[in-house]
Amino acid sequence: MLLNIKNLTVAIEGKEIIKGLNLQVNKGEVHAIMGPNGTGKSTLAAAITGREGYEVTEGEIWYKDQNIIEMDADERANLGIFLSFQYPVEIPGVSMTNFMRTAINAQREYRGLPPMPAGEFLKLMEEKKKLVDIHSKLTNRSVNEGFSGGEKKKNEIFQMALLEPTLAILDETDSGLDIDALRTVAKGVNELRSEENAFVVITHYQRLLEYIVPDFVHVMYDGKIVKSGSKNLALELEEKGYEWLKEHSLA
Amino acid sequence: MSDQTNNNILDEVTKGEYKFGFYTDIENDLAPRGLTEDTIRFISAKKEEPEWMLEFRLKAFRHWQTLEEPEWAHLHHPPIDFQDIIYFASPKKKPQLNSLDEVDPELLETFDKLGISLDEQKRLSGVAVDAVIDSVSVKTTFQDTLAKHGIIFCSFSEAVKNHPELVKKYMGTVVPYTDNYYAALNSAVFSDGSFCYIPKGVRSPLELSTYFRINAANTGQFERTLIVAEEGGYVSYMEGCTAPMRDENQLHAAIVEIIAMDDAEVKYSTVQNWYPGDKQGKGGVYNFVTKRGLCKGNRSKISWTQVETGSSITWKYPSCVLMGDNSIGEFYSVAVTNNYQQADTGTKMIHLGKNTRSTIISKGISAGRSNNSYRGLVKIMPGAVNSRNFSQCDSLLLGDQCGAHTFPYIDTRNQSSIVEHEATTSKISEDQLFYCNQRGIDTEKAIGLIVNGYAKEVLNKLPMEFAVEAQKLLSITLEGSVG
Repeated sequence: MLLNIKNLTVAIEGKEIIKGLNLQVNKGEVHAIMGPNGTGKSTLAAAITGREGYEVTEGEIWYKDQNIIEMDADERANLGIFLSFQYPVEIPGVSMTNFMRTAINAQREYRGLPPMPAGEFLKLMEEKKKLVDIHSKLTNRSVNEGFSGGEKKKNEIFQMALLEPTLAILDETDSGLDIDALRTVAKGVNELRSEENAFVVITHYQRLLEYIVPDFVHVMYDGKIVKSGSKNLALELEEKGYEWLKEHSLA
Repeated sequence: MSDQTNNNILDEVTKGEYKFGFYTDIENDLAPRGLTEDTIRFISAKKEEPEWMLEFRLKAFRHWQTLEEPEWAHLHHPPIDFQDIIYFASPKKKPQLNSLDEVDPELLETFDKLGISLDEQKRLSGVAVDAVIDSVSVKTTFQDTLAKHGIIFCSFSEAVKNHPELVKKYMGTVVPYTDNYYAALNSAVFSDGSFCYIPKGVRSPLELSTYFRINAANTGQFERTLIVAEEGGYVSYMEGCTAPMRDENQLHAAIVEIIAMDDAEVKYSTVQNWYPGDKQGKGGVYNFVTKRGLCKGNRSKISWTQVETGSSITWKYPSCVLMGDNSIGEFYSVAVTNNYQQADTGTKMIHLGKNTRSTIISKGISAGRSNNSYRGLVKIMPGAVNSRNFSQCDSLLLGDQCGAHTFPYIDTRNQSSIVEHEATTSKISEDQLFYCNQRGIDTEKAIGLIVNGYAKEVLNKLPMEFAVEAQKLLSITLEGSVG
């Protein structure tokens, strides 16, 4: 098992957001997590990736046979956990090229590899740019600075393609995307899918799941997964709305 | 996330160590402690100076005695006892140096440790170096190569001996000894520095640089540099400096004068890394510097680029007097303060000629409990019609115990000129740090990356040889032991 979350409870500044959540993800699988606003979907992503201030008060997060809850965020990233941000951050003055080169070499250093030669890195960038149809000039600009909403999301997938994570979490990657950008992003993800990695796709809408077809769909409500099923669950949810879910969770 | 978390991270990261704090044990020739006319006669005699130079020093000294230490800067330090300082220290074996073999191997090693090779065979590509330790220049490289182009590049002491007519003509014309308290002090006791003369129409084929090192204890360093570029001349000049770690404060009071004639251009770059004191604010160099350039000729250009990371106190305003019509002045600055460091730095742009232009880009970075102030004056005189100035002053705060201050003074005396001023204050956000961490970049590297990105506009103005050094220095200054 790649990811095994057991009875996870997460609090932010003393307030419990996730309340005893369980989730198992195997290699080669795509899991979708759906649910209304404020149910703790993004908090789950932050807890898995080790963001400061998200306090795990109970439970365990096992990744590749180790409990990672005490690990710093950069170490988790170096172990192959990637987060595609809902709101990618701007870093003025740091070019995408410089940023990604620093990231790749940090990850290589962690794995005991020498820095990637400049030529090889540039070749890799060119290759991955095509995957998400990213504009050449974008990589010379500062990280996310002046990028449109669509460009920012494509840029996240581009970074994912470069880093080749084992576990990728996509936090509302579809929000704010037009249909063309959505297709491009989905195409990028689908090309990266393999038997060796897994995806956790967090989304509000069923729309994204038409393009990135999940193996499992989980519905989150009030800090817990209240229902799991196949991809058909997403359709059912779309049809009946989250109100149906509330009744379900009370039942 | 919570500010507390954020500050804890920054706290750890900003506890870096000073890497140049070693001391070289060399025998010194010292002046007696304290400052009297006798001290000045002693210095002048040691340097075998002509009578006119001694007279200049004595005039400056007598003027200095009438002055009070300025107190207008946003700086706090105990009073400096000017009688408790040694005003001259020179490595004892000071022969006439013709080749590197004659330089004390201890000194060579010192400069090697600092990453400055005085061996022309192992030189940085295209850089000539003048190395100054305490009060004397120990070696200037590539003098012969430069001489072929008619360029004079030597220590100030040599210039006094070999080119007295040039020194007499220009010294004190941009920064007179009456200029301010520290300028008067420097004019009285200045020790060594560099002299550079670019003849008409010559572009220097090498970058010129001076490396200053304070070594001896209880001594002050009073460097003096003079750069003259004749009509159409061009030179790019770099200056670097370090000092050992000591518990007591050391004084550094310098003067740099630049003169650019018609169509001449001088680029002056500094990476200032004097010992900043320890984490409790003990020790460190007091850096009081007067740097000024005179764009005397039409279409002349002087640009100052500085990366200030060292010194416990920095008081420094590299300025341009734009006298020639269509002349250009530029000031690009990154000033980093950490722990208990204090910096009050900026520039003055004095527009006298028509169509003169000036640009000011200042990036302040404060961490720890430090205070970082930008102080700048843009003055446009009635005759400076159609002049323009653009100023941008940004401050970046790391943590919540440091201070950033901006004191812009603008004085425009004609209707046709335009002055623009922009200022911002920002913090490194926890979002940015997490974004970097999530890609596998640790917090220390992330801060280095973000700070370098923030300062990029200025770092890009540095010569290649310096830019890489400066980037590392920015990271090191803010570096510490994370995790």
